Amino acid sequence: MSAAKLSGDTHPLTYRIQPDLQPLDLQAYAAQDGYAALKKAIKELQPGDVTKLVKDANLRGRGGAGFPAGVKWSLVPMGADAPKNKYLVCNADEMEPGTFKDRLLMESVPHQLVEAMIVAAYAVQARVGYIFLRGEYVVAARNLNRAIVEAKQAGYLGAKVCGGDWGFELFVHTGAGRYICGEETALINSLEGRRANPRAKPPFPQIAGLWGKPTVVNNVETLCNVPHIVLRGAAWFQGLNQGKSKDAGTKLYGVSGRVKNPGCWELPMGTTAREILEVHGGGMKDGLKLKCWLPGGASTDFLLPEHLDLAMDFDTIAKAHSRMGTGLLTVVDDQQNIVSVVRNLEDFFARESCGWCTPCRDGLPWTHKLLQSLERGDGQSGDLEALEQMTRFLGPGKTFCAHAPGAMEPLQSALRFFRGEFEAGIAKPSAQVAA
Amino acid sequence: MSTAKLSSNADSGVIKLAELQKQAAVASAPFVMHAEDRAAIEHETHHYEDPRAASIEALKIVQKRHGWVPDGAIAQIGALLSVPASDVEGVATFYNLIFRKPVGRHVIKVCDSISCYLTGYDDVHRAFSDKLGIKLGQTTADGRFTLLPICCLGACDKGPVLMIDDDTHGNVAPDTIDQLLERYL
Repeated sequence: MSAAKLSGDTHPLTYRIQPDLQPLDLQAYAAQDGYAALKKAIKELQPGDVTKLVKDANLRGRGGAGFPAGVKWSLVPMGADAPKNKYLVCNADEMEPGTFKDRLLMESVPHQLVEAMIVAAYAVQARVGYIFLRGEYVVAARNLNRAIVEAKQAGYLGAKVCGGDWGFELFVHTGAGRYICGEETALINSLEGRRANPRAKPPFPQIAGLWGKPTVVNNVETLCNVPHIVLRGAAWFQGLNQGKSKDAGTKLYGVSGRVKNPGCWELPMGTTAREILEVHGGGMKDGLKLKCWLPGGASTDFLLPEHLDLAMDFDTIAKAHSRMGTGLLTVVDDQQNIVSVVRNLEDFFARESCGWCTPCRDGLPWTHKLLQSLERGDGQSGDLEALEQMTRFLGPGKTFCAHAPGAMEPLQSALRFFRGEFEAGIAKPSAQVAA
Repeated sequence: MSTAKLSSNADSGVIKLAELQKQAAVASAPFVMHAEDRAAIEHETHHYEDPRAASIEALKIVQKRHGWVPDGAIAQIGALLSVPASDVEGVATFYNLIFRKPVGRHVIKVCDSISCYLTGYDDVHRAFSDKLGIKLGQTTADGRFTLLPICCLGACDKGPVLMIDDDTHGNVAPDTIDQLLERYL
């Protein structure tokens, strides 16, 4: 983060973060408008008003899919006939390779997420919330648990939130590994104490989720925007992008790989990839050139240097046949062999497949093996065609969840952009005879 | 910490046999759940509509005390949560941070995902393998370290990244691992 003091008007998510990244306690958080949004929501707004605000603000999901949060909430049954038990779950299972934004928010401003969850739960009238946190985030778990205790003591959690007639309990639920837990329905199975296999949709979790009850699952960054929208309004949120995008708000962008200054920054939605890489990330390390980049995680299609001037938002990146995903760039330099890079990615996806659907369970290890032989230079003719077949057989609609289709995104784009490097991995006929 | 203590091959055969005998004895001993752990698991169940939801936490509670989840713990957790032992075993074997066989006193988890791969994972994990004389998935003969790969640890700006026990270490270079390992006895 930059050393200069940021303002809540322009950097709502990160302005409170201290230079040493130490967590703000309740007192320090309250001194900077902390829990003002919650008090406003409970005293001045009906639950439906909060949902409408979030809808009007056009807050789109920051976990990668970009689904409008307000629309998600509006699908939850409300009123006297709605099921008594409803749940709000925060997806804090940050495990998408190349993504390191939610950790920052949870470790440094834990109260922001706690407040956000209480406000969001009020909107959908959930009675219990869970922060589904990956097991490796031990610092985040400690800081969040401390914040929850403080919030309870202050009357922000419990049977009567802020002295009103609505009650809400919040728990940190830590996981024990497995990338697939980040998939919404697999997360619900995991939270129920089962293997993290995805569920068929419909029914969507908003209707039948955790223990069959209406359940909203939102990403950490998505939720953290909510108190600011309640406090400052939908129009303010729409204007945060400084006209750079159709999508509203700020976004936690970042860059990793062999760059001079890897990091994560809160910037207007629609900031170009070039600005993220060259201005904030300091550009490539000396002597290296940019070869290609993943816009937001391992499960997004590669883009080329010529795409750097695109605005990093959901629709613009989609038009370039990729996805913004989590919005944290992974840059690949010109010293890397693309076959090795993709082999590393598919190694990850093959290992992390939950094994529920055959195309994913069998297709990903097969893909990995093909790439391994191409990497060693003993690929066979037809291997590239077999890989292309994989991108179709493991593509959208063939499996319960998006794991396999996500795995195919970097593969299909790498094959398109760098076909020659894959072809170079096919053994010469003489070598095949000799082997 | 001397180099010899970490990577000596001369006496590893002897230690290995003794260690294996010890592990076998541990594995076959009847499992007794500690009263504190039982209470902690029962407390966890109150956070959920269905006690089954505490199964992962229950496994983690047992693992925290024993370093791994012994066979006997599976049935006892099942009984405590009113779910079949087979379901508990299914959960225990699904999640990679639950260990169903003994591991070293310290578990090294080296991130092998894309950002760390690009910033030097290969050199780092090879340095650990060479230093400790074990491959990924193995435990040193003296039972001190287990070396495992792990997916993205969410600290990609500090790649290569790894965890030893609960501590995350970033910007790890092959020539700094001696110093790092000395902190975990």
